[in-house]
Amino acid sequence: MSVPILKTEGLTHVYSQGTPFETTAVENVDFQAERGEYLAVIGHTGSGKSTFIQHLNGLIRPTSGRVLFDGEDISKSKEKLRNIRFKVGMVFQYPEYQLFEETVYKDIAYGPGNMKLSKSEIDERVREAAAFTGLSEDLFEKSPFELSGGQKRRVAIAGIMAMRPEVLILDEPTAGLDPVGREDILANIRKYHDSMGSTIIMVSHSMEEVAKNAQRLVVMSGGHIVMDGSPAQVFEHGRELTEMGLDIPIAAQIAMKLRDMGLSVDKSVFTVKQLADSLVRMGRKDCD
Amino acid sequence: MAVLFIAVSTVSVKTILSGLKPLIIIIVLTGLLNMFYTSGTVLVEFWIIKITREGIINAAYMVSRIIMLITATFMLTYTTSPLSLTDGLERLLSFLKRFKVPIHELSMMMSIALRFIPTLIEETGKIMNAQNARGADFDTGGLVKKAKAMIPLLVPLFISAFKRADELAVAMESRCYHGGEGRTRMRVLRMRAADWVVIALSIMLCVASWLLRGVTL
Ligand SMILES: Nc1ncnc2c1ncn2[C@@H]1O[C@H](COP(=O)(O)OP(=O)(O)OP(=O)(O)O)[C@@H](O)[C@H]1O
Ligand SMILES: [Mg+2]
Repeated sequence: MSVPILKTEGLTHVYSQGTPFETTAVENVDFQAERGEYLAVIGHTGSGKSTFIQHLNGLIRPTSGRVLFDGEDISKSKEKLRNIRFKVGMVFQYPEYQLFEETVYKDIAYGPGNMKLSKSEIDERVREAAAFTGLSEDLFEKSPFELSGGQKRRVAIAGIMAMRPEVLILDEPTAGLDPVGREDILANIRKYHDSMGSTIIMVSHSMEEVAKNAQRLVVMSGGHIVMDGSPAQVFEHGRELTEMGLDIPIAAQIAMKLRDMGLSVDKSVFTVKQLADSLVRMGRKDCD
Repeated sequence: MAVLFIAVSTVSVKTILSGLKPLIIIIVLTGLLNMFYTSGTVLVEFWIIKITREGIINAAYMVSRIIMLITATFMLTYTTSPLSLTDGLERLLSFLKRFKVPIHELSMMMSIALRFIPTLIEETGKIMNAQNARGADFDTGGLVKKAKAMIPLLVPLFISAFKRADELAVAMESRCYHGGEGRTRMRVLRMRAADWVVIALSIMLCVASWLLRGVTL
């Protein structure tokens, strides 16, 4: 197998070390992400997800352990760290508060501008990122503060996509949006993933969302990675997930209840379609 | 005298000593410098070091002044929350209301400002992180470059502060806040024995130092 694009070794982070407020937010995490993978990090509130992902582009330094990008320690030098920021793009929770420019265009161009690209290159990237996030070009000359919440969110995401990061990390990109807005943003991210071949790491609270989009799920609890596998593998452990305070997709819940009632529904069911197929198969068997 | 103050407050001696700890170097240094560099009748002479009677007295004065200063401020902040401090200030200055000075509004502004300092600090950290992730560089370059680099930080900070202020105003209005007229308090400030003792001691201290002002050892 090729070198994983991102890897952590024994990553530990302690906040306010040596004070009464000492909290170990992330403890001894070994993790890796392959090139082009779409993975989701899930876990209940305070399980250390945000802390963990902020290590991946060097915004937080590990208390102990290392982060490797392409096999190289990212905190080797200051130069290197700055370059990593462009290669590992990070969209924060509620990213709209990072907007500051007079126009939407300028705001999206801020990241690429910091990369010291030529004007035409920047222009190309801004238009590309706007297309990915479904922002029409009539908005370019508007102030970002005149936009709706959902549009602001898109501008903020486009600002990161315009840097064409090899790894795109998003911390709850759909928080606080209505169902249509959520679906749109998820579709935008999928489009970016499919056409750029980048690695996507998405933090999410919604199991339905990750079940539909991610190829791999990483479950965090109490600062540790407690499960790691395909959605089918992870949702097989429905009961453990529920005990951890996590929801499971509605189809997986129904499947679990049906199994409890003695029906032999497949353990790996987690979408409505799979559930339906599985029930139809069972029905056939009964008829035979 | 300070000892008595401490006795009246319920702050333990240990907390006060730990408050003095970071300043110990300054205190010791002031003491030593005063001891060595005051001329007068020599008590001990040793190589280049001369210790004079006046030096020792001076040093004792300075050190006790510094310690008193620190303990006094420390005791105030430790025993009194910023909220009761502004409440108290409002009461003390309420006579100014007669001259149409909006004391209640001013003290409300002060408590709100105090309340939002930690929030603003947290917000600054968040925005800084977000702009760093877009390749912002806050700490290299000359003065002009640094000032320019602050724009991506300050603009969102001001915007969120204004938004917060707006939200707070709406929240206060929807709970029927309309200034100080006829407002009652949730916590009523009352003088307790300890307060009277502190006032009496303070007056005594002032009088004593005024009487002793000319006396030298
Ligand atoms: N800046 C900080 N200083 C001190 N402790 C912190 C800080 N940020 C987070 N923590 C603590 O670290 C732990 C993990 O927090 P983190 O933000 O990583 O959780 P999370 O999984 O992202 O939660 P959520 O789903 O609510 O976003 C929590 O216990 C939190 O209180
Ligand atoms: Mg978080």
